[in-house]
Amino acid sequence: MFHFSVVTNWIDEFLRAYLPDVWVLLIEYVLIGAVILGVYAVLALVLIYLERKICAFFQCRLGPTRVGPWGLLQSVADMVKILLKELIKINRVDPLLFRLAAFLVIIASICTFGALPFDEGLLVVDFNIGVFYLLSVSSLGVVGILMAGWASNNKYTRIGAMRSGAQLISYELSCGLAMMTIVMLSGSLQLSEIVSQQSETWNIWRGGIPACIAFVIYLIAGHAETNRGPFDLPEAESELTAGYHTEYSGIQFGFFYLAEYLNMFIIAAIATTLFLGGWQPLHIPGWDAFNTTMDFIPPVLWFFAKAFACVLLSLWVRWTMPRLRIDQLLKLEWQILMPLALIDILLMALWVIYF
Amino acid sequence: MQVINDLLARLPFATIEQHDKEYTVIVPKEKLRETAILLRGLRVKPAMTGIEPLAPAVTDTEARVPATDTEAFATATSGFEFDYLTDIVGMDYGEELGVIYFLSPSRYPSYGLILKTSTADREKPEIDSIFDLWCAAALYEREVYDFFGIVFTGNPDMRRLFLRQDWNGYPLRKDYDANPALNPVPTNNEALADMENLPTTSIDINGERLKEHTKLFETEDYVVNFGPQHPATHGVLHLRVSLDGETIKKVDPNFGYIHRGIEKMSEAYTYPQILHLTDRLDYLSGTINCHATCLCVEKGLELEVPERAHYIRTIIDELTRIASHLLGWGCMAMDMGSITAFVYGMRDREKIMDIFEETCGGRLMANYSVIGGVMQDIHPNFQKRVKDFIPYMRKMLKEYHLLFTGNPIARGRMDGIGYLSKEHAISLGATGPTGRASGWSNDVRKIEPYAAYRHADFKEMLRTDGLTFDRYIIRLDEVEESLKILEQLIDNIPGGAYAAKTKAIIKLPEGEFRQRVEAARGEFDVYINSRGDKYPYRVKFRSPCMTLVNTLAHIAPGTKVADLIMLGGSLDYVVPCIDR
Repeated sequence: MFHFSVVTNWIDEFLRAYLPDVWVLLIEYVLIGAVILGVYAVLALVLIYLERKICAFFQCRLGPTRVGPWGLLQSVADMVKILLKELIKINRVDPLLFRLAAFLVIIASICTFGALPFDEGLLVVDFNIGVFYLLSVSSLGVVGILMAGWASNNKYTRIGAMRSGAQLISYELSCGLAMMTIVMLSGSLQLSEIVSQQSETWNIWRGGIPACIAFVIYLIAGHAETNRGPFDLPEAESELTAGYHTEYSGIQFGFFYLAEYLNMFIIAAIATTLFLGGWQPLHIPGWDAFNTTMDFIPPVLWFFAKAFACVLLSLWVRWTMPRLRIDQLLKLEWQILMPLALIDILLMALWVIYF
Repeated sequence: MQVINDLLARLPFATIEQHDKEYTVIVPKEKLRETAILLRGLRVKPAMTGIEPLAPAVTDTEARVPATDTEAFATATSGFEFDYLTDIVGMDYGEELGVIYFLSPSRYPSYGLILKTSTADREKPEIDSIFDLWCAAALYEREVYDFFGIVFTGNPDMRRLFLRQDWNGYPLRKDYDANPALNPVPTNNEALADMENLPTTSIDINGERLKEHTKLFETEDYVVNFGPQHPATHGVLHLRVSLDGETIKKVDPNFGYIHRGIEKMSEAYTYPQILHLTDRLDYLSGTINCHATCLCVEKGLELEVPERAHYIRTIIDELTRIASHLLGWGCMAMDMGSITAFVYGMRDREKIMDIFEETCGGRLMANYSVIGGVMQDIHPNFQKRVKDFIPYMRKMLKEYHLLFTGNPIARGRMDGIGYLSKEHAISLGATGPTGRASGWSNDVRKIEPYAAYRHADFKEMLRTDGLTFDRYIIRLDEVEESLKILEQLIDNIPGGAYAAKTKAIIKLPEGEFRQRVEAARGEFDVYINSRGDKYPYRVKFRSPCMTLVNTLAHIAPGTKVADLIMLGGSLDYVVPCIDR
């Protein structure tokens, strides 16, 4: 198996051989920052292109076809356009909060993105409380959304922000509980540890029925956290024009837009890490030939394949379902998902003890 | 009908004419309210000295008190009432200003009663309001006030309906001064403050007339503007909504952003020219509107239209209805967040647009009917394409049900929301699929079969619950019925001419002519008052959509913001139809 740690270790040793430790650290920090930002932007473009194409196929259309072959450069063109757009100054907004909001949302998203384990040796920091870190950083985004809604001084944005606050904080609960179920199974909060435990069988199989329930709960709650699909109430286009980011333009709007797409990927990536074995290839106990063949596929590819499968699921739901109403949304969380997640934790405890 | 005769016998002061099933009743304006109360089937006080204190709009049966003085009447008529106010038409007769009320009993919908009254005072015309007798009346009276300046005493909301609040003059009066200097185009950004004061004229106990203003919203209300530019208002409609959290407290529709004065324009156009304006009323049932106007003019001319033209017009009408319902279905789904369903609806509507393009030349504005028939014979491919479309559409309807009707989220959103009772629907004049979803049988195609509908065997779709889901599903059911009509007619188009010969200049004989048709959204009426000229003296189109927006304002309070949008989708109004 080719792990990315080979490359990263080689770079580290190469630098250490010629430079003092302080410089090595400095260069590595800059490198990591640049790579994360680059991958973040590229992934966002890929996701936007994918969404437009896939949604078009769901709707019997072709999607973008004009810019580049099969419209591949469409999202690049869109990005250039959004960078060149004017930042409209709006009267009577709170200027500090208004600008800060867009940054907060994207910073929360990038921080979460940085902690994802793409491969062995391809993760920025291997915290021993990785799951906890993911949960806490990703929930920062809601502050930005509330801020944007409040600072815009617009009734639609305010309703959107209030909806968003209610929704994100509620769904954070079952999201966290579903993740805790897996933490109970693996006995660790460290992401690399959780992944390496799944080398033979993935958690969703190892954890039996409780893990399957947790997976479904996580997918629903995580989908709700991305403000998409049937849960796009905060920016319900037909009701609130664009919800909390109605007043934003240019790259400030672009930040919200990028964060939305990347959050979709992040949720899918966390699901992959916790439930679907992270970068581990598909192994079926006893099928040695099959397992060896699977090992030839690089782990990074495995990771992205699984994550994009989850993304596809999310797109499928989004382009099929109509939107929930706010009371139905909260009812789903507080009366169905959360009690279910709590029971599931008990089930998982029994599973861990007896199996 | 005996009951109506008995009823009218109680009006000694009225001039009554009967023409087949249509009664014309002319009363002096002092007696209007008394007559209206009687026709509505309500209790009449024995001594009608003044007007009773006005009660809130009568919507439920409890308000109808079977008092002793009307006991004999009640048994004789067994609760007979003209409970459907089709329209109120303002008229400028020259010396006098008049108001015409079109009434109909919902139990015997083929009967009609035209109540006329007039006032000689052109400076300060006042007529008693009937806003509390029919829910639809309040808005109709505002429209008459807007165009003729007739103040309806007692109506609590006498704002202008379409024009600006500070507009000078009343445009549909014959002595209107259209000088642009009187009403300059405003160039400044201005507040909507004058929309919040509701001027009213009421009468106190001593018979004194009081002028007062009431406030539309409380000062601490959280008022949100939905529109004029908003993705979900289906056009430039302005809804002012006061909210309590997410719950709606009050809805105030504000029309007129695309008012084009089509009725005023019609007075200066010849009849064939007017036809082109009708397509632009409710642009989604354009051919039906055009058809209605042709029928009305043909009625006046007593012109024999070839059977072939009737068949072609009917087929085109039904195709239009399907296209309109598909768009309505898609828009409602989109209002609930399902964009895929919208694209599906548009995709299949496109097939109909292609058929139109081939035969009529136009897609949205077909302009196909002309006085005496249709403009061109059908394209050779027409029948084949329609026949191909019928099985295709049946297949797609199944897909719609699979995608949206059965979706648990969609059902959760639609079930139990937006109840509209049958009585309320009739009182509001919410015709078309909306009324039929509440169990009110109001299909003009059945009541007064016109064109080739008498040759087609189809059912009028009725549901009983009156909820959002009923209004949703009834459209898809009606598409199926329309397909049945198409199936029966498409192979039996008779030969012969496609249009009757008409004179180069069409002059309608003196008189009043009215034609009711069933447009995609409800009853569309054309009323033409002719003085024997080549131009009409007055044209009035009944807008089915105006009452639907009024319905929205009645059923939305208490629901959530998201429901307001969905209810709007379920009522399926088109704004150019309101802003004529």
